[in-house]
Amino acid sequence: MNEFPLLSLMTFFPILGMLVLLFLPKDSQGLLKGFTLIVTLVTFAISLPLAFNDVFKTSAAMQYTEFARWISVGDYFQMNYNVGVDGISLWLVLLTTFIMPIAVLSTWKAVDKHVKGYMALLLLLETAMLGAFISLDLFLFYIFWELMLIPMYFMIGIWGGKNRIYAAVKFFIYTAVGSLLMLVAIIALYYMAAQAGLAGDGFSIAEFYKLNIAGSKQNWLFLAFAFSFAIKVPMFPVHTWLPDAHTEAPTAGSVILAAVLLKMGTYGYIRFAMPLFPEATMQFIPWLSALAVFGIVYGALVAMMQTDVKKLVAYSSVSHLGFVMLGVFALNMEGLTGGMIQMINHGITTGALFLIVGFLYERRQTRNIADFGGIAKKMPILTTIFMIVTFSSIGLPGTNGFVGEFLILLGAYQGELRWFAAVATTGVILGAVYMLWMFQRVMFGELKNPENEKLQDLSLREIVLMVPLVICIFWIGLLPNSFFEKMNPSLEQLINQVKNRPAVVQVENSPTVSLVPELKNKVLLD
Amino acid sequence: MYENLWLIPFFPLLGAIINGLFGKKIRNEKIIGGIGTAAIFASFVVSCTYFFRLLDDSVKTHQQVVSSWMQVGNLSLDWGFLLDPLSALMIMVVTGVGTLIHLYSVGYMHGEDGFYRYFSYLNLFCFSMLMLVLGNNAMVMFLGWEGVGLCSYLLIGYYFQKKSAGDAAKKAFVVNRVGDFAFLLGIFTLFWALGSDHGIWTLNFVDIAEHGHLLGTGGIVTFITMCFFIGATGKSAQIPLFTWLPDAMEGPTPVSALIHAATMVTAGIYMIGRMNGLFAASPDTMMVIAIVGALTAIFAASIGLMQNDIKRVLAYSTVSQLGFMFLAMGVGAFYIGIFHLMTHAFFKACLFLGSGSVIHAMSGEQDMRYMGGLKKHMPYTHATFFIATLAIAGVPGLAGFFSKDEVLWYAFASNQGHWALWLMASIAAVMTAFYMFRLLFLTFYGKERITEHARKHLHESPLIITLPLMVLALLSLIGGYVGVPKILGGGMNIKYYLEPVFGDSVARYGIAKLQYGYSAAYVLMGLSIVLAFAGIGLAYYFYIKNPALPGQLADRFKGTYRVILNKWYVDELYDALFVNPCKRLGTFLWKSFDVLIVDGIVNGVAKLTRGISLAMRYSQTGYVHNYALTMVIGVVLALALYVFRH
Repeated sequence: MNEFPLLSLMTFFPILGMLVLLFLPKDSQGLLKGFTLIVTLVTFAISLPLAFNDVFKTSAAMQYTEFARWISVGDYFQMNYNVGVDGISLWLVLLTTFIMPIAVLSTWKAVDKHVKGYMALLLLLETAMLGAFISLDLFLFYIFWELMLIPMYFMIGIWGGKNRIYAAVKFFIYTAVGSLLMLVAIIALYYMAAQAGLAGDGFSIAEFYKLNIAGSKQNWLFLAFAFSFAIKVPMFPVHTWLPDAHTEAPTAGSVILAAVLLKMGTYGYIRFAMPLFPEATMQFIPWLSALAVFGIVYGALVAMMQTDVKKLVAYSSVSHLGFVMLGVFALNMEGLTGGMIQMINHGITTGALFLIVGFLYERRQTRNIADFGGIAKKMPILTTIFMIVTFSSIGLPGTNGFVGEFLILLGAYQGELRWFAAVATTGVILGAVYMLWMFQRVMFGELKNPENEKLQDLSLREIVLMVPLVICIFWIGLLPNSFFEKMNPSLEQLINQVKNRPAVVQVENSPTVSLVPELKNKVLLD
Repeated sequence: MYENLWLIPFFPLLGAIINGLFGKKIRNEKIIGGIGTAAIFASFVVSCTYFFRLLDDSVKTHQQVVSSWMQVGNLSLDWGFLLDPLSALMIMVVTGVGTLIHLYSVGYMHGEDGFYRYFSYLNLFCFSMLMLVLGNNAMVMFLGWEGVGLCSYLLIGYYFQKKSAGDAAKKAFVVNRVGDFAFLLGIFTLFWALGSDHGIWTLNFVDIAEHGHLLGTGGIVTFITMCFFIGATGKSAQIPLFTWLPDAMEGPTPVSALIHAATMVTAGIYMIGRMNGLFAASPDTMMVIAIVGALTAIFAASIGLMQNDIKRVLAYSTVSQLGFMFLAMGVGAFYIGIFHLMTHAFFKACLFLGSGSVIHAMSGEQDMRYMGGLKKHMPYTHATFFIATLAIAGVPGLAGFFSKDEVLWYAFASNQGHWALWLMASIAAVMTAFYMFRLLFLTFYGKERITEHARKHLHESPLIITLPLMVLALLSLIGGYVGVPKILGGGMNIKYYLEPVFGDSVARYGIAKLQYGYSAAYVLMGLSIVLAFAGIGLAYYFYIKNPALPGQLADRFKGTYRVILNKWYVDELYDALFVNPCKRLGTFLWKSFDVLIVDGIVNGVAKLTRGISLAMRYSQTGYVHNYALTMVIGVVLALALYVFRH
């Protein structure tokens, strides 16, 4: 219905910017960074009409849809360029375009080697992330999904810390293993759709939603998707790539990783794994919820004992993403809305925490908690901002973190997940323990280390990049309805889709091998 | 008529924002202190207007909804306020005592680094406390509930360079979070129980009061109220979550007076009062509350007997007095609990501020062993402190006498009461009289034991400090007259004032019915007066008449003395039971599970792949004849397979 290809412009603008960037002189760092900042700001501006469109309040349908035939292989493999946005992807898209300028601005002093490459990768990454959120074609999604991996791999591997190669390879292998499983499942899904006569629109998820796959086959497909997304989230026990990747990645990389990349996993569940395989979802929810709850407590306990601030924040992500998954699996409006808003919250709050760790690291070249202490006196502005972000992470009412955690737990508390929710609620105690303990050791106490004497408070640039995040913390905390009302229709539809899906097209539980010849016949008949 | 309720929390919020953002630039203490005090005074003025308007109004419950907060699925939460006699009384206490303490702080905090920070936090605290009190639903209350916890954290940790202050702040927040965890579970259960079983999706207090009875009187309402009560034990420092309050004395003394005596710690009492319909429905919870209250009263008082730090004595005294309030709530005498809350706010704020005046004059000395004979140096402080001590000790005619005596009476005579509860509370009352007069004697009477350093600046505090003391002392004198019992010819006005809030549930569930008549009431009252004077007399004998005796006794009962002096080793017990195992578990999960098992598998798979490919490399020799041989073998095998299968 929208003629203007807003989504395509938004998605491919960064990569266009990257192409121009490649022709800029590689020694003028200011120009390169400034140019990248402008590109990301323009991208943000392009995405803004989405935020002000009221159609999301009433319609669960995809908006701003675009469709184009893309690749045809033989007669029966059809991949399309098929994109759109609904209430589920809306805020994630905006989170991405919002966080990117902040991430770019954070590199100002932090990055001085191969600036051009770094900026190019940031822009490439933005296109990949946006593409993944707006894809309505599974194959297109897969391409963007894999495309995200490459820039992140190089960012960690080239601009990372001491242990960067190990972290980068670990990140790559973990994610690639998951992706391969998903690829197999996608192809299997396509064959089933083709067999059922639904493959006319290629890998369109709207068509795939109609499939009603029988029994064990659905379980296997669901597990393949679920495993792949679980790695990305990351859910316990496939989370161990995260602390390494987060710790070794440069600040902007950590921010993007936390704010957006992890959301690909949770988004994958909501968009693909759950509505595509509803019966399997319902069957596995207790198990997955158990993992989510385990992750909440586990992440918090391990975070508590960390000696490296960045690693602590990384483990706190495991805990927070556990909350998101628990809310999603609650499959009611309270829980799902909470899960969705917690995805945004985690992006803002953990993004902000990584920025703060970056500020400290740039000044002191260390992330060791023991090396700090008593710096509140030297850096009052940082102290205030750090404290707001800390309490947002703890989930103090009035901040965004509370809205998310409260809705998730309230939602999960209904029905079978009640005792999971009760255990998860202990996460609010542990969250306070590890965050406040860290805060105390870093900021409070006597200033004993002479190195800390010469610490400078935040510069104007650093304040400028934190202020939007702080505003979001309070905005979502105090008036979250402006976010909720635009996700409501889509989430209601999703719940309906998963809980009581009308069976449209039956796929029998027959051996897969026979699919290909039948398929050929079918196409020939057409 | 009540559409500007939001102004009451708004003024302190505004003050907090102004001082927080610009205080550093303003610099001038008079302006900063003026802004902070004016902000809370403005809400006091608004509170007064509404209080008196409500007194004359025939409708006693008023709500104001400012906007929607969360609207998701069945959940609908507003930014809404609720004014009824209970919240009206509370806002008077909070803003009234709050104003006095702000004023006092201008003098007390003079010359402190971060003066603006202090006033910003103090205003923010008042905002949170007023949100807690005025919220019309459980979540706005919870916002205030955690908000006061935050401010308590900030103010306890005000001297953040001191490690002990940072530790105490963190401990206060975390222990409170344990309570908040239970509070949240209570909210969740309540929401679903009323919603899915009865179709009433609400967290609004008025709706809960109206429909709460649908939950019956069984297990579910007991679970809900027990959760809320555990939440209350955190905020109001009762067994088992009281350990944070004595440590909280690390904060500046006016903070202890405002937060840790007069207002925040009474939030648990207020919350029970706010949801009295639910609590009254569960006899089991009510019994637990009464027992925990009585136990805490006696337990904390016993620790108070031995402490040497003037503020710690008062801290334990606060825990003990809060126990009295819970006891009253537990035996169904809700209005008595609120009554004692109010009188306690007056005399305990006076005592804390008085101790602050002493500490101020003694250049920071808090140990009573180095005080003594201060009466002649600080006449005003002494006079006000003396009045407040009489009030808390339960000397007839003063505020504490009326409220405490009613607590004891209901503990004995209510149909939820029991003589054992009365006995425990009475013993606690004797101890109270004893430790308070011990404190008074050690500080203001007897031989001067003052260090040279402290003597140099010893002086009476300025008017800005003594004026609030005088006002509070006056309130400690007369504050009890709103609740003079019938047997003394009074009208028990506070009962009728709070009737609209508590009347329904008291009648519906038949609680707080007196089992004994006037004669028993006279006997018990006489007994409690005798006990109060016995405590005072004992303190006199020990600390004025025979000052060597306490030391001799301590030597004689060394073991007992040490256990009590070390606060019954509760902190150590919690460390051993919860804190250390959690740390060990965290380390174990990290070092063993993450690093050894999960990463072991991941790295193991990587190594295996590498190993296999290393081995396979040897087959790739590059010689054509080797490949030819492999081919031949392959063909032979394939043929063999074909032959054998057919």
